[in-house]
Amino acid sequence: MNDDKVIICRCEDLTLKELRELLKRGYTTFDEIKRLSRAGMGPCQGKTCKQLILNEIKKYTRLEIDKIPIRPTAVRPPSRPLIFNEILESENERNS
Amino acid sequence: MEQVEILVVGGGPAGMMASLSAVQSGANVTLLEREVKLGGQLIKQTHKFFGSYKEYAGVRGIEIAEKLTSLLKEQEDKGKISILTEAELVVFYHDQTLGYTYKGALRTLKTQKMIFTTGASERMLPFPGNDLPGVYAAGAIQTLMNVNGVLPGEKYLMVGAGNIGLIVSYQLLQAGAKVLGVVEAMPRIGGYLVHASKIRRMGVPIYTSHTILEAHGKDRVEEAVIIAVDNKYKPIPGTEKVIKVDVISLAVGLNPLGELLEQRGIKFCYIPELGGFVPWHDENLRTSHPDVYVAGDLAGIEEATTAMLQGELAGLVVAGELGYGNLEEQNKIGLVYQRLKEFRTGPKSEKTREGQLKLIDG
Repeated sequence: MNDDKVIICRCEDLTLKELRELLKRGYTTFDEIKRLSRAGMGPCQGKTCKQLILNEIKKYTRLEIDKIPIRPTAVRPPSRPLIFNEILESENERNS
Repeated sequence: MEQVEILVVGGGPAGMMASLSAVQSGANVTLLEREVKLGGQLIKQTHKFFGSYKEYAGVRGIEIAEKLTSLLKEQEDKGKISILTEAELVVFYHDQTLGYTYKGALRTLKTQKMIFTTGASERMLPFPGNDLPGVYAAGAIQTLMNVNGVLPGEKYLMVGAGNIGLIVSYQLLQAGAKVLGVVEAMPRIGGYLVHASKIRRMGVPIYTSHTILEAHGKDRVEEAVIIAVDNKYKPIPGTEKVIKVDVISLAVGLNPLGELLEQRGIKFCYIPELGGFVPWHDENLRTSHPDVYVAGDLAGIEEATTAMLQGELAGLVVAGELGYGNLEEQNKIGLVYQRLKEFRTGPKSEKTREGQLKLIDG
C-alpha cells in the first residue's frame, strides 16, 4: 500500500508512513505520537485520527486498545478552538 | 454567574426527550444546541422509522423533530425551559461550572445536574487517496443533500452497508444521483434488509466481503478501486475492480462524542459493541460523576428510537433526584426500562446487548 498517500490526521497532515516510522522508532503511546507529530492537536481535536492511531498502535504492539496507555489529561479544554474575541467578550460580561 | 437546575447538552432526539421529561416532572431545564435548529440528526432523516408506535414508528425523522420541537416550545412559553440554539459547550470546569459559546461570547453557568446527549462523530478509513476532495462521510452527504439542498457529486460509491450506508444510498437515488455500488467488508449486509432490497431493486449492486483499496484522481476523486477480502478481512490480490465515481461516501461507523466528559476525567470504557470509548454508566444512565448523566449515541451507538427512550429515562431520573415528580412520573421510569428492553430484544440489537453486559463489568 502507498502509505505516504494515506492521511491519518487530516488537521495536521500526518500520513500512515510517518506514523509507522514513529512506531518503529519506539514511540508506541498516543501521547508520544501526539507530541512528536501534532496529530490530534488541530481544529477537530482528534475526532478523526485518535481511533486510527490507536488501531495502528494495536497492530504494531499487539496490545488491546484499552491497554494502550493514554494519559487521563490528554483531552483538555476547550473542545474546539475559540476566537480571542469570544474570551474577551466574556471578560466584559464579568466586569459589567 | 447563571445558575441552572438541569443542563441538557445537545438537542437531538435524546436531548429533546430528556428536556421534555424533566420539565414535565416539574424541573427547570436549560437546553444547549450547537446548530440553528433543534433535532440533531433527525432534521435530515426523511425516511420513516421502524419499531414501536409509541416511539414514532411509521413517522419520518424530520416530522419527529418538528413534533418534539413544538412540544418544547410550549414549555418555553410557560417559562419552564430555556432553549439556546447556536450555543456550544466547550469547557467543563471543576465543580459544576461549564463554559459555552453563545452570540460571540464565552459564557459560564453553574448547574446542579447535567444530561449529556452530544451524539457521535463519523469514522474515517485509512486508504491511499483518502484526503482527495470527493471523499466524504455519509452523514455529511446526508446533511448537504437533505438540509442544505446540495449534492456534492454525480456518481457515488458507498462504503459500508449498515443502515446509514443503505439509507443514504437510497436518498441519493431519490435526489437524482447515481450510486454505482455499495461495498461492505463483512460477509453480510449490516443494516435492515428492507433498506437493502429497495436499493437493489433500483439496480445498485451491494458487494459484500469487499472493501475500498484506493481512490485515484488528479485534483479530486475520479475513480475508486474496490477489492474482495477474505474471512480475515485481508484483500485478495487479483480481485480489484475500478469504479468511475466522483464521490466516495464513508459509512463505516460512529464514535461516541465524549470529549467534554473526558476533559472532566469521567470514567470511559472501551466497548467495541457500543462504538468504542463510551462513558461508563449505570442502568439509570448515571456516569462515574454523580451529577452527570448520558443518553443517546454518546452512551453507545444505537438508534434514534433508543436515544429517545434513554433521553426520557435520564430526564425522569434526574428530575426525581432533585425531588420533582409525583408517583406517576416515578412509575414511568419502570415503563421506559421495559420499552427499552423490548426494543432491544431483536437480532439487530445483539451487539447492544453484549455491550451492555460489558458495561456492567466496567
